[in-house]
Amino acid sequence: MSLQPQRQILVIFPHPDDEAFSSAGTIRMYRNMGVPVTYACLTLGEMGRNLGNPPFATRESLPEIRREELIAACEVMGINDLRMMGLRDKTVEFEDDEKMVSLVKGLIDELNPSLIITFLPGYAVHPDHEATARAVFETVRRMPTEDRPTIYAVGFANNTIAEKGEPTLQIDVSSVKLEKVKALQAHASQTAWMIEENAKRVDDGRPMSDSWLQYERFYVINQDIL
Amino acid sequence: MKEVQINELQELLNSFANKDVYIHLETTNGAYASHFDERVFNAGAFIRNAKIRFELAKIIADPPHRVGLKMDHGWVYAQGITHFELDEKGRLLMAGLDFTGKLAVALEISETPFSY
Repeated sequence: MSLQPQRQILVIFPHPDDEAFSSAGTIRMYRNMGVPVTYACLTLGEMGRNLGNPPFATRESLPEIRREELIAACEVMGINDLRMMGLRDKTVEFEDDEKMVSLVKGLIDELNPSLIITFLPGYAVHPDHEATARAVFETVRRMPTEDRPTIYAVGFANNTIAEKGEPTLQIDVSSVKLEKVKALQAHASQTAWMIEENAKRVDDGRPMSDSWLQYERFYVINQDIL
Repeated sequence: MKEVQINELQELLNSFANKDVYIHLETTNGAYASHFDERVFNAGAFIRNAKIRFELAKIIADPPHRVGLKMDHGWVYAQGITHFELDEKGRLLMAGLDFTGKLAVALEISETPFSY
């Protein structure tokens, strides 16, 4: 199916690389159509665990590495407006809830997006993902129904399909698969192990299923079902 | 960071004794631990920029190493330390990296506050 036309897209995720795994292809396709995309990335993934052994980074040098990776990934995806929001990884859920709503509301008021891409509350696994999703959903819920943007929500908890059914939107991103792979590679500090693992599996004659590179799946939250 | 060398690290630890210092202490098994394996009980702790003063610091030789700091009225310790460095800002960064290169524990000591 073809993509729904959009006026402005707002992508909100807490960690550099959340966007690449979940939506790099969709973002790239919309950028190819000329739709403006703002990415508000709440943290720099300061608490990422992968430092390598032998290590390539320290707890203190990782944020700067991930900042550069995020900028490079955004270039690959064609994102024209990247906002680094300055929160700290693993602490998003402990921020004041109203402050989080204000942060999201500020972005919505400024950008007037027709579509927001974020996580699905309750099915987003990481505490920062959940906190981000809660803030976005709460902010949109408070808006007059007719003003609300559509939300494409990413759920990947083990119980997601059992409880929510299959994602309601599957976007075929195979035409931009190369860019999606490049966006993932840009986040090398986080994804090198995965790319290495896949190379090994290819050597072993059993490559990773690439259906997740072929399709991006979302739960569509329309104005009236919040 | 390089692998722990006991004498060198002990000397660095000593250099921070009896001074007001900021610490970062973290243990984690990863936010995804129980997503990948539902039998994992996910626990961890984090403190950053707590200001302390210790009179004695000791690293224990058997790896992965334990590092303990004795304060006037209490203790700080970390278990599982494998790597360390004195960074360009003069901060002593210690970490325990597991067999796949993932951080399991970190203990850092600095005379100036760490970033946010």
